[in-house]
Amino acid sequence: MNLIKKILQSLRQYRTLALVTPVLVVVGAACELLVPLLLSYLIDHGVSQGDIRSVWLYSGAMLAATLAGLGFSVAGAVTGARASAGLAHNLRADLFARIQEFSFRNLDQFSPASLITRMTTDVNSVQNAFSILTRMAIRAPANLLLAFIICLTINPSLSLIYLAVTPFLVAGMYWITTHAHPHFQKMFALYDDFNLVVEENLRGIRVVKTFVREQQQQEKFNDVSARIYETASRAERLLTLTTPLMEASLYICMLLIAWFGAHQIVAGSFTIGQLMSMVTYTMQILISLMMMSMMMVMIVTSRAAAERVVAVLETDSDLTDPAHPRLTLTDGRIEFKNVNFSYTGKNDSLCIQNVNLTIPAGSTIGIIGDTGSGKTSLVQLIPRLYDVTSGQVLVGGHDVRAYSLATLRTGISMVLQKNVLFGGTIRENLHWGQPCATQEQLEQACRQAQIHDFITSLPQGYDSPVEQGGTNFSGGQRQRLCLARALLRQPRILILDDATSALDSQTEKRISRAWQTDLPDTTVIIIAQRLSSVQNCDQIAILHQGRLAGLGTHAQLLKNNRVYQEIYASQAQGDHA
Amino acid sequence: MTQPNPTHPTPRASTLVTLCRLLGYLRPYKWRFALVIGCLLLANLDSIVNSLYLQILIDKYITPLLGSTTPDYSALLTSVVTMAIIYAVGVLVSFLSELWLIPITMGIMRDIREHMFAHMQSLPLEYFDNNPFGDVMSRYTNDTDNLEMLIGRAFPNIISSLTMIAMALITMFRASWLLSLVSLSVIALMFVATRIILSRSGQYFRSHQQILGDVNAYIEEMISGQKVIKVFAHEAAAKREFAAKNAQLATANRQANTYTNILMPVMFGFSTLQTVVVALVGVLLALHSWGGVTLGLIAAFLQLNRNLSRPINNISQQFNSLIMGLASCSRIFALLDETSEPDEGTVTLVNVRTRDGHLIESSAPTHHWAWKKTDDQGQTDLIPLQGDVRFHHVNFSYEPGKQVLFDVTFFAEPGQKIAFVGHTGAGKTTITNLLNRFYDIDSGEILLDGLNIQDIKKADLRRSLGIVLQETNLFTGSVRDNIVFGAPEASAAQVDQAVTTAHAQDFIAHLPDGLRTPLAGNGQDLSAGQRQLLTIARAAVCDPPVMILDEATSSVDTRSEKYIQAGMDELMRGRTTLIIAHRLSTVRSARAIMVIDGGRIIESGSHDKLLAQKGLYYQLYSGSVELA
Repeated sequence: MNLIKKILQSLRQYRTLALVTPVLVVVGAACELLVPLLLSYLIDHGVSQGDIRSVWLYSGAMLAATLAGLGFSVAGAVTGARASAGLAHNLRADLFARIQEFSFRNLDQFSPASLITRMTTDVNSVQNAFSILTRMAIRAPANLLLAFIICLTINPSLSLIYLAVTPFLVAGMYWITTHAHPHFQKMFALYDDFNLVVEENLRGIRVVKTFVREQQQQEKFNDVSARIYETASRAERLLTLTTPLMEASLYICMLLIAWFGAHQIVAGSFTIGQLMSMVTYTMQILISLMMMSMMMVMIVTSRAAAERVVAVLETDSDLTDPAHPRLTLTDGRIEFKNVNFSYTGKNDSLCIQNVNLTIPAGSTIGIIGDTGSGKTSLVQLIPRLYDVTSGQVLVGGHDVRAYSLATLRTGISMVLQKNVLFGGTIRENLHWGQPCATQEQLEQACRQAQIHDFITSLPQGYDSPVEQGGTNFSGGQRQRLCLARALLRQPRILILDDATSALDSQTEKRISRAWQTDLPDTTVIIIAQRLSSVQNCDQIAILHQGRLAGLGTHAQLLKNNRVYQEIYASQAQGDHA
Repeated sequence: MTQPNPTHPTPRASTLVTLCRLLGYLRPYKWRFALVIGCLLLANLDSIVNSLYLQILIDKYITPLLGSTTPDYSALLTSVVTMAIIYAVGVLVSFLSELWLIPITMGIMRDIREHMFAHMQSLPLEYFDNNPFGDVMSRYTNDTDNLEMLIGRAFPNIISSLTMIAMALITMFRASWLLSLVSLSVIALMFVATRIILSRSGQYFRSHQQILGDVNAYIEEMISGQKVIKVFAHEAAAKREFAAKNAQLATANRQANTYTNILMPVMFGFSTLQTVVVALVGVLLALHSWGGVTLGLIAAFLQLNRNLSRPINNISQQFNSLIMGLASCSRIFALLDETSEPDEGTVTLVNVRTRDGHLIESSAPTHHWAWKKTDDQGQTDLIPLQGDVRFHHVNFSYEPGKQVLFDVTFFAEPGQKIAFVGHTGAGKTTITNLLNRFYDIDSGEILLDGLNIQDIKKADLRRSLGIVLQETNLFTGSVRDNIVFGAPEASAAQVDQAVTTAHAQDFIAHLPDGLRTPLAGNGQDLSAGQRQLLTIARAAVCDPPVMILDEATSSVDTRSEKYIQAGMDELMRGRTTLIIAHRLSTVRSARAIMVIDGGRIIESGSHDKLLAQKGLYYQLYSGSVELA
């Protein structure tokens, strides 16, 4: 129930339409339902009595009812389409907006693939269910009730037959749907496995071919395929029970009505016309029941999708702006005070432990250390991508949690390890940094990032297309474009998380020279594997297992830090060609 | 770089051809399918009989009793019991038809899936280069779903509906041709209305599908790049952009749905209209006793009418599934129609023993290998597998007219190490991709142990080569499963040996379950360096005489880098090695260095010699030119 309520909250401006739809549909159905009743009058009062006036009266009424029914139903179809398209629209918008608010921690919790499925497939199946439900949820029971009431007015004692049969039918349907649900759930899980095998094979096709592994991959695939076959067959087999259940109920009703009806007709308390309409309404009742069972199945299969959508909608971002946020960031000084951090937020799996570090405004600092030593974790605390578990990170003398997130992140440019360029043009990608940047500003940033010459060498220059993920550029070009994008905002703090690994040392040097002269007040943090990238920084921090294992200039560390000496020695002999 | 998407102009095979081909998949199930059809026909027949029952009941069993003071109900009872039996049979056969259809549908789906996967694996790399991942993937997901709807729901429904229509028409005409004509005229009107709606809906449906595809692609990009969006505080702009696309989608969605939604009420309305018209005309006829119309006949006819309008309704509702299913089906067949990698080679790799200085083929594993070559006369020749690699004047292009390698000639004798250096895109990787026949050359020849590689069976050629790529693809399974990827029968000792060779023992020992630790998501829990070590171990287990290595430029920390380097060095020992080199120590130890530029070998020789030349190698070496 809560699930449905949560989904329906996204209806907003379509609420009226969503309410009107079932009304239109029910009125339409009611009109259609009147037809058999009018038909029995036509036969009993018109034809049997040979009363031509009655014949015209009832037949006119029948036509009118039919046309009215058609009109209402079509109107219901139109409003229903509007409402369901509107719901899907709002759900997608809400999901997207919610994801935009997510913290990194929230994002880690849902994988990108699952978020994508939720926004696409799952929203679609919720929409389908909603569309069918608005048109049937009220119509089917209303239909059922109306048909039953009409039957009652025609012949109360015969109507008792329905009452006797219906409970069996409902119980049977309930049993089938509840038993089928787990099989369908299992099937969805199997589909995930299935996709995984195909996906891995597609991505790793070179490895598969190299190692001549086609046979084994095929076996793996066939195995999943066979399991899908079995589970799906089982689930479907259960569902096939619905038809005989329905038909049996219907036929039992028909036979009973025929038998008792015949007696009553002979006794003179029932007419042939009434018997005929009774039979028609029996069909109506059955159709309504069938619709209801379809709805049950629909709810069962879309429940999982709705749950997944709601899970996103109900996840609150764990990073929020303070009540009275600071809206300016003027100074690039950074201080870490007794900082502890863990991704789980618990104290037992800390990946940053008790770090104290001061980085003066306008200075440069290099951070080095093994994989997993916490370099990335540490710098991610500065633009508040994650919150510290305990301790404090200060920027410009204030706790990062005192700023509004937008202020903080606009003042801090970070180039991530995984550079992402988006589909569009080079210009569009650069504008991410600064939406209102002028051409001069663009060119200046690109010169600083040593990519301007390359861009102008392209036939379309700054308007050259960028493919999704920037796959039409080399690793080095991508890195420099990302760098330009970050420089364009003239940040107070610039964080480069291993962002120059694909550049040769000459280019790297030219870039660092550029920001030293052009951005003298910007604090620069460089995470790198190559010592040559950080050698000239004002200070170098060494991280080891989440702790600060050394701090100083290149010369100082070389003199008195054992870890640094080791790294230096190993890199000197294996320098990159 | 906008390349034409080769998947969209799907060969528009005619619907009939697609349909016939799909029927081919029915062959293994033909008897069962015949049984299902039999049941369906029986069930249809049964429901026709049922609908006649009311008339018989009224005319034969109720009317005679009217006015009788001591009615005899025994005839009525017999008829009710008879009907009960007929009903029961109907319920049973329609249930059986549904039940027996399941294994057929699911079986066909399984067969098609397996066929797709098997065929996909046999395709040349060009296919994977030219078809975006998502596109191929969607043939396994969306397209098979649509196909399942087509086979499991639409087809049986349409078959059953068609037979139902035929039977209904026959019985209707037999009951009263006059009323039948009246009924058919309403149906003609219904057809016209349906056609209009369907042609409109089809149009909106297609544009909706297209916009949906665009929006899904946008969502995919934005969600995957979500962290970058946050870092740039770009959320508001992203929301605005998305809102515009989303609104577009909502409009298309509404239009498509409106027409789909309208279809059902319109059909419903028409079938009611049909009832009304038939009833009216019938009543008028009955009043004047024209055409032998009786009240019982009208009642029965109204039932028959339903037998006609219901299947027509059904068919129209299956229409969308039919269109989508057939479109998906032709996409699946397009995949199945791609040409497989050619594998015309006859030379195979066999185990050998040496006896009296001669090589003898052995059926038991000996860990000694030889190429077995059979000539035209049926003479077999055994050539020891040594790993002698020779490229002679090799020219190559990925696409006709765009040559990427020019006259590449070099050799590596057994055990020699050849390093390739050059810019990104110079053609280094391409050269290594030719040796294992990922791509076939345009002209020239490539020899392995003196044999043209085109004469060697592909699987055996690839077994004789080991490859460690920069991109580390690991598979779901345990660490051990990944290591024995190329040699599933490897013994524990061999695995240990390979792990040691790769210098991976330390990190594996630190994993929670050692070699049995499960890996998921391409080994996402491991660091880049650890993944690389596993790929080295994976290559080492196969123990091939020739290794192709691509040194990683991606940054791994110093410690892992040391291990990787040691592992690679170990792997190269005693093997012919082609290595795409980035490290000074690697090139120094190479027998020869090939400097590749623009698809040609422009300099070659030892490290010292090349340095002295002061050419491109010197520039690369001194770091004044960007490598990646």
